[in-house]
Amino acid sequence: MKVLNKKNIITLVLILVFYSVIQGLISARVINSFYEITIATICINIILAVSLNLVTGFTGQFSLGHAGFMSIGAYAGALTVMNTNSTMGFLAGVLIGAIAAAFVGIIIGIPTLRLKGDYLAIATLGMAEIIRVVFLNMNDITNGAAGLNGIPRYANWLWLFVFTAVTLILINNFIKSSLGRACISIREDEIAAESMGINTTKYKVMAFSIGAFFAGIAGALYSSYFYFIKPDLFGFMKSIDILVIVVFGGMGSITGSIIAAIVLAVVTTFLQSFAALRMIFYALLLIIIMIFRPQGLLGTKEITDLFKFKKKSEKIE
Amino acid sequence: MDQFLQQLVNGISLGSIYALIALGYTMVYGIIKLINFAHGDIYMIGAYIGFAVTTYAKLGFVPALIISMVLCAILGIIIEKVAYKPLRNSSRIAVLITAIGMSLLLEYIMMFFVGAGVRSFPKVLSDSLFYISNITIKMQQIYIVITTVVLMVILQFIVNKTKIGKAMRAVSTDKDAAQLMGIKVDNTISFTFAIGSALAGAAGVLVGIYYNSIDPLMGMMPGLKAFVAAVFGGIGNIPGAMIGGLVIGLLETFVSGYGNSMYRDAAVFAFLIIILIIKPSGLLGKNTKEKV
Repeated sequence: MKVLNKKNIITLVLILVFYSVIQGLISARVINSFYEITIATICINIILAVSLNLVTGFTGQFSLGHAGFMSIGAYAGALTVMNTNSTMGFLAGVLIGAIAAAFVGIIIGIPTLRLKGDYLAIATLGMAEIIRVVFLNMNDITNGAAGLNGIPRYANWLWLFVFTAVTLILINNFIKSSLGRACISIREDEIAAESMGINTTKYKVMAFSIGAFFAGIAGALYSSYFYFIKPDLFGFMKSIDILVIVVFGGMGSITGSIIAAIVLAVVTTFLQSFAALRMIFYALLLIIIMIFRPQGLLGTKEITDLFKFKKKSEKIE
Repeated sequence: MDQFLQQLVNGISLGSIYALIALGYTMVYGIIKLINFAHGDIYMIGAYIGFAVTTYAKLGFVPALIISMVLCAILGIIIEKVAYKPLRNSSRIAVLITAIGMSLLLEYIMMFFVGAGVRSFPKVLSDSLFYISNITIKMQQIYIVITTVVLMVILQFIVNKTKIGKAMRAVSTDKDAAQLMGIKVDNTISFTFAIGSALAGAAGVLVGIYYNSIDPLMGMMPGLKAFVAAVFGGIGNIPGAMIGGLVIGLLETFVSGYGNSMYRDAAVFAFLIIILIIKPSGLLGKNTKEKV
């Protein structure tokens, strides 16, 4: 298996082309600063949705506390950037935020992942609330309910893109590895997976902490891009926002999450002036998807599967 | 000692409210295995109905309570028919997500129509205070406890002594077998939603009277805490939900009274996680074996 095979080179070229096109549009001021914020939101939401998809869609562990991990990354990242105030500091902040979130993910995951289904959902929700309350009360470090203001902005299109691309590649590779297959087998049938000799607890905690790791990255990027964070930004509603993206795109589909993140961010931008309507729209969207298409836009398929299918059928002819 | 007794009084009145909400959770979970996230929002709508009835129609406490309970029961049935019935046979995660969607829908539709602001509930009960040595008891607290006890006695009567109660117990034990015995499962589920929602509506009015303020997002936290109460008591178990509600109410008032009130929400959730890890079936719940 060569690293530089045809498929990888094509992916790399596509990534570079995509980056340069958007960069060109930003430089040419076709994309103004208002739409730039939308793009940043899309990048951060993609990281969050794909990492939650790893936990909920691929491993089948329903988590309602993803925003909690995001907040850990956001605070760790923000505090590091504020104390160092350099690009290196920013990158270190992202890394520290991600590691801190992953660490908390392991600590939380080991006891709670023994629970199943709705119990796990409530336990993770409770964990995220506890994290929020702790940040709310660490007045000396986090400035309490008022939050941290004036975080230096080092996150730009370059870094947002790099981290989004790296997240997508790493999670995609993880899912295609034997570890990822073990996670998918847990989703399909936990008892069967266990009887095949898969250490289900180990893989569940692994998926959970990897998900937390990337949520931490997203949080750190968020804090640096939007200058300002406070504990209430990472409440129950934020977790629901992320869940909506995953469910809408399809639980178990990475490309689905990407499409859903883009579609929802665009819709949100257009509904900006009607904040109340936006939430009604979200709620209706959730209910309607669940009633009429519970598997989401793409289900467990990827967009690329469609192309593969076409090629095969051509050969048969 | 006085402070302890005072906290006990406050805890019991708060706990009664949680117990009323928890009953709805536990009954619905018992019958269709669904955490009805929208339940906390039915309680919020109950509070708004109570507000409208007492402010605009100038009715007293008892009519407000009854109107709120009836309207919430109807709302509960509608929600069940529209959102949950089409999903009777789909995965539990799908139904849970629908319930979250329903909860958001109720919250933001209310916010759209009545505004996000906090409204103050009119005074429908006298503010008189009672003193027993150094302990203060508010008139509202007495009303809350009396109302809760009366409703729970009625509920116990319905569940244990009537035909529909028997049907409810049968459906929650084994849905298919109940259907074979000629029980109308759909009607029974609707009835369960109606009773649970009516209790939530009553809790909404009581909270409005007790705290004097209502807002469209008020249902979220008490809803989750009531769920914790239901889990603690053993989900699906009616006496368990009553005990659970009281325990959560007491826990919350004691954490606020002796510790830091900022940590009271965290304490409730930490408590939940500890229960789930030590005894997931709850205080009075039955252990279920996993079948392959």
